[in-house]
Amino acid sequence: MEKFVTHTGLVVPLDRANVDTDAIIPKQFLKSIKRTGYGPNCFDEWRYLDVGQPGMDNSQRPLNRNFVLNEQRFQGATILLARQNFGCGSSREHAPWALQQNGFRVVIAPSFGDIFYNNSLNNGLLVIRLQDVEVDRLFADCAAFPGFQLTVYLEAQLVRAVDGSFAFAFDIASSRKERLVNGWDDISLTLGRSDAIRAFETKHLAAQPWLA
Amino acid sequence: MAGRTLYDKLFDAHVVHTESDGTALIYIDRHLVHEVTSPQAFEGLKLAGRKPWRQQSMVAMPDHNTPTTPGFTTILDPISRTQVETLDANAKELGLTYYRIGDIRRGIVHVVGPEQGATLPGMTVVCGDSHTSTHGAFAALAFGIGTSEVEHVMATQCLPQKKSKSMLVRCDGRLPTGVTAKDLVLAIIGVIGTAGGTGYALEFGGEAVRSLSMEGRMSMCNMAIEAGARAGMVAYDAVTENYVKGRPFSPNTPELWEAATKHWRTLASDADAVFDRTVVIDASTLIPQVTWGTSPEMVVSIAGRVPDPDKEKDATKREGIERALVYMGLTPNTLISDIKIDKVFIGSCTNSRIEDLRAAAAVVKGRRRADNVKLAMVVPGSGLVKAHAEREGLDKIFIAAGFEWREPGCSMCLAMNDDRLEPGERCASTSNRNFEGRQGAGGRTHLVSPAMAAAAGIAGHFVDVSRI
Repeated sequence: MEKFVTHTGLVVPLDRANVDTDAIIPKQFLKSIKRTGYGPNCFDEWRYLDVGQPGMDNSQRPLNRNFVLNEQRFQGATILLARQNFGCGSSREHAPWALQQNGFRVVIAPSFGDIFYNNSLNNGLLVIRLQDVEVDRLFADCAAFPGFQLTVYLEAQLVRAVDGSFAFAFDIASSRKERLVNGWDDISLTLGRSDAIRAFETKHLAAQPWLA
Repeated sequence: MAGRTLYDKLFDAHVVHTESDGTALIYIDRHLVHEVTSPQAFEGLKLAGRKPWRQQSMVAMPDHNTPTTPGFTTILDPISRTQVETLDANAKELGLTYYRIGDIRRGIVHVVGPEQGATLPGMTVVCGDSHTSTHGAFAALAFGIGTSEVEHVMATQCLPQKKSKSMLVRCDGRLPTGVTAKDLVLAIIGVIGTAGGTGYALEFGGEAVRSLSMEGRMSMCNMAIEAGARAGMVAYDAVTENYVKGRPFSPNTPELWEAATKHWRTLASDADAVFDRTVVIDASTLIPQVTWGTSPEMVVSIAGRVPDPDKEKDATKREGIERALVYMGLTPNTLISDIKIDKVFIGSCTNSRIEDLRAAAAVVKGRRRADNVKLAMVVPGSGLVKAHAEREGLDKIFIAAGFEWREPGCSMCLAMNDDRLEPGERCASTSNRNFEGRQGAGGRTHLVSPAMAAAAGIAGHFVDVSRI
């Protein structure tokens, strides 16, 4: 997994609640057997005016100029600011893949769908929960200050305005943080406990032999 | 010491190790696999030179991409076909239990798991699919995972997990005639909201839930995720026991069965268990539910009206309602029963089991699809459900009423195959998500029970099936 230590970037505000993973990456793009190639279809139905299909040349498709991600001033944004329950719905990990491959390193929202939250951290996409009032403040600053940027310090668990005018603290499980900061492979870590797994399994299947 | 919840019991019984921050490594008993969320996991496993930890725990089948055309022999879409063939190859190479296209046992993974007894009480069950919560109906801890986690479970049989908070949804009273588990769970989502269960494991209890069949309980747990909860569950009882008995993966000797049921009977929350939150619903006064918007929480009863955003004070919510009404092509204050539909979809992991098909068939029997309804399709959840329904003659009832009788699969619940809504089309659907574009770009989904979907197909608009 890619390491995450600190990141500074342009913030794009997506001002809707309950953005589901179907919206982040529509189903027709889930037919791929690869992990890559999802970026141009991130938010496909909102981003383009036509109906997207796999294999299309996305650079030739008509853009929806009213969609915030298409606005000139947000080109190159790497931090997505969202509302409550971002990433609800389907468990498709293609959603964090699409966001990352579209250039995002961080998503900030008051809350996230539980599966999406885990999927994102498992890919090094840092999902940060802030208080409602803090998120409101970030939306306001995005509107007020063209080129509004934030810096995220994972070790210190801080989101800070680049001009240093304010900083918000966020929570993350310490074992999660450790994995992200070091870029450790989750599976290798778990396999490091193979003896404990084997011991548990032997006892478990002996007590409930119908599971074997 | 306070008693333990069912969730406590299931979680604690699977903890292999606990980190200092409380993150636990939990052991996974059953891993269900389908074609969409697994190819990258199989590939990752191979690239790392790893083998599945316990391949007997895996049961695999294609369901999302498979055609429902009667008698189909091949998948015409080459990308879909490649995805299914990739699962064929991976299952063969690793020697997994696999229900390929053409096998009568194949179907939607959340219908087939329980049907085969591959889902058993007390298990931890995972699948790369959010509707894995379905299996919690068996007093199992079941939840959806992403592809990295699919690979993690393949490689280690374990997952690092933070324990969730617990919520009891107590459904008092009995459901009136014509009102189903689907209506009950939609009403619950309407109360707690689509994010109300985020961070929680839900337990559905109370007289209304105890009175439900396993099919009904599965419909409810299936939609726990639509309330934001990864896992939903129901305590074990005689209904569970009767369903599980005699299935291919169930304990198959008298000694094993006795030992298993003895354990399973402990799978209920203790009387003095403390939940982090309790929600009480009066099921006895419920009437059938219909969603009007683009989130499952946007739901009213069939007697209700499309909401008026001007009456919503919260700005984000008001904008959400306005946006949903534009997408759905609806005018505020319209009576739900005045909404005309173009298509009917009866199927999905929520409502494609035999009881669902019987309820729909009972409504359409001797009647005829309305002229304004272009397509009404019935998609059984598995080959075995289909065969069962045909033995009861349900297929003939549907066909006589102008409903199409299809092959099993996920179908128009998410429209990965050819079954989909065209832009602007309005559908009475027994599925679980009314998100924008879910059933096809620009399609408009109204979530209802099977009987309500069938009745809408006959009337051409929504009607209260409990009154006909």
